[in-house]
Amino acid sequence: MRFAELAIRNFKEMWRDPISMGLEIGIPAGFLVIFWALGRSMGNESFFTPTMLVPGIAVFGFTFLVMFSAVVLAHDRESALLSRLLTAPLKPRDFILSYSLPYIPVVILQMALCFGIGAVLGLEILGNAGLAFLILLVMGICCVELGMILGLLFAVNQVSGVGSAIITLVALLGGIWIDLGTIGGVFYSVGNALPFAHAINGARDVMVYGAGFSGIATDFYWVLGYTVVFFALGIFLFRRRMVE
Amino acid sequence: MSYRTNGNRFAIQTFSLSKKFGDLIAVDGIDLSIKEGELFSLLGPNGAGKTTAIKMLCCLLRPSSGTATVMGHDINEDPMAVKQIIDVSPQETAIAEHLNAWENLSLMGRIHGLAKEEVKKRSGELLEMVGLTKRAKEQVRKFSGGMKRRLSIAMALVSDPQVLFLDEPTLGLDPQSRRGIWEHIAELKGRKTILLTTHYLEEADALADRIAIIDEGKIAALGTPQELKDSISDMQVMVVRAKNLTPDAIEGLKKIYPEVKATEDGIEIRAKELSFYEIVDYLRPRGAAIQSTSLKQPTLDDVFLHLTGKELRE
Repeated sequence: MRFAELAIRNFKEMWRDPISMGLEIGIPAGFLVIFWALGRSMGNESFFTPTMLVPGIAVFGFTFLVMFSAVVLAHDRESALLSRLLTAPLKPRDFILSYSLPYIPVVILQMALCFGIGAVLGLEILGNAGLAFLILLVMGICCVELGMILGLLFAVNQVSGVGSAIITLVALLGGIWIDLGTIGGVFYSVGNALPFAHAINGARDVMVYGAGFSGIATDFYWVLGYTVVFFALGIFLFRRRMVE
Repeated sequence: MSYRTNGNRFAIQTFSLSKKFGDLIAVDGIDLSIKEGELFSLLGPNGAGKTTAIKMLCCLLRPSSGTATVMGHDINEDPMAVKQIIDVSPQETAIAEHLNAWENLSLMGRIHGLAKEEVKKRSGELLEMVGLTKRAKEQVRKFSGGMKRRLSIAMALVSDPQVLFLDEPTLGLDPQSRRGIWEHIAELKGRKTILLTTHYLEEADALADRIAIIDEGKIAALGTPQELKDSISDMQVMVVRAKNLTPDAIEGLKKIYPEVKATEDGIEIRAKELSFYEIVDYLRPRGAAIQSTSLKQPTLDDVFLHLTGKELRE
């Protein structure tokens, strides 16, 4: 459990930067309020209801975690601290776990805030809220693992550019603002090949249509599969980075 | 490869250890045997290959050829075993800025597998040793450069490593802070095997049991500080204080005495045989106003210049 000590350090480093942490946690809630108000202003209250918005905005919020978590790892990688830590008897998976785990509370807080504000605005959950929460939680972890990969591949000043591209890509191909079925074609195929739309659709199916686990199993395993692959890829890349 | 040779137990042995970066040979087949409990210094200018050598010994860089053992563990074959028994204070100050001093020490102790109570005890002792007890609970980003460096060294000691690597531990520090760190390192002598890299001559001279002079990736000389100085004991060093010394005059003098070094207020000339009259008669017609001349004992600086033809810049 040596990785736990490093995870605690990473956790403390994150929480002792309250501005970044406030942004990380508050972004989805802020977007939810803005888009809910936009929907009311436009008179389009079918798509812009809190129930439809919450899953998409939660995933949109996670895409910011891709960038934030990547920056933390890339920053440490460029500093002498990681070199020092690499001389300790820790394995690549210990490093990936210790950089990923501190983000799980952030993911949970993001979702809790998003669902909480959604409830105030009139969120209705027809199915099992825990199931919707679960698929979104796995999506959040998936985004953090993607952040690990970016943090290992790119320098700090490159991460913000790549992260912004991912945020835009997810906004377009995740079905957050526009239903992928309406777009169709290549966008539909690519969007469906990625995990983001599956997480959003799975959560919406539970919340709007009351689907059970069997109804969203494909979406859930799709998201889980990506999470496992990103985690394994992170370990592989870290192993390669451990010895130059 | 042998862990013991002639009854000596070696903490570190390198066997034709080399590292290439493209066409650049950073470390060129070095062979070293460092005894347990020895404070061994790699002395050389920037870019000589000191940090690259340490990175290979800490399993952060894979050698291009050759290998090394640390307490008998091969760095290529068993890096995890090596990492269990070493610790390093890197050249750059490597600390977690948002943690306090106590938490930084705790982090390093715990990831090396020490029990909580042991870490607490050792952290207290080390904070006392480096004079940071009163600031132990402040976030270290508020510390001065010297305090951060002292903490960085303490972090390398908290795991009680058998072998300690100190990479330029006083780089960029003011003379007072440097001397303070020397005192801490001197306290460890004999208790740990220490490999210290430096380009400060006085640092190696004051601290090291043995010194390897490294230049362009190769070991140019190896011995105790006194042995190295004795190796040029047949050399004379003349210190000339003079005004109006032109670069042309110095270059011309190098044709007679190849080892001429410009100093702040004159020149130093090294040679097996020096002629006072020859030097004065050469410099005066070229406009130099000689104020004094004297002979001095060779220093490590003289050894380095003699061996490599270069000066160690500070």
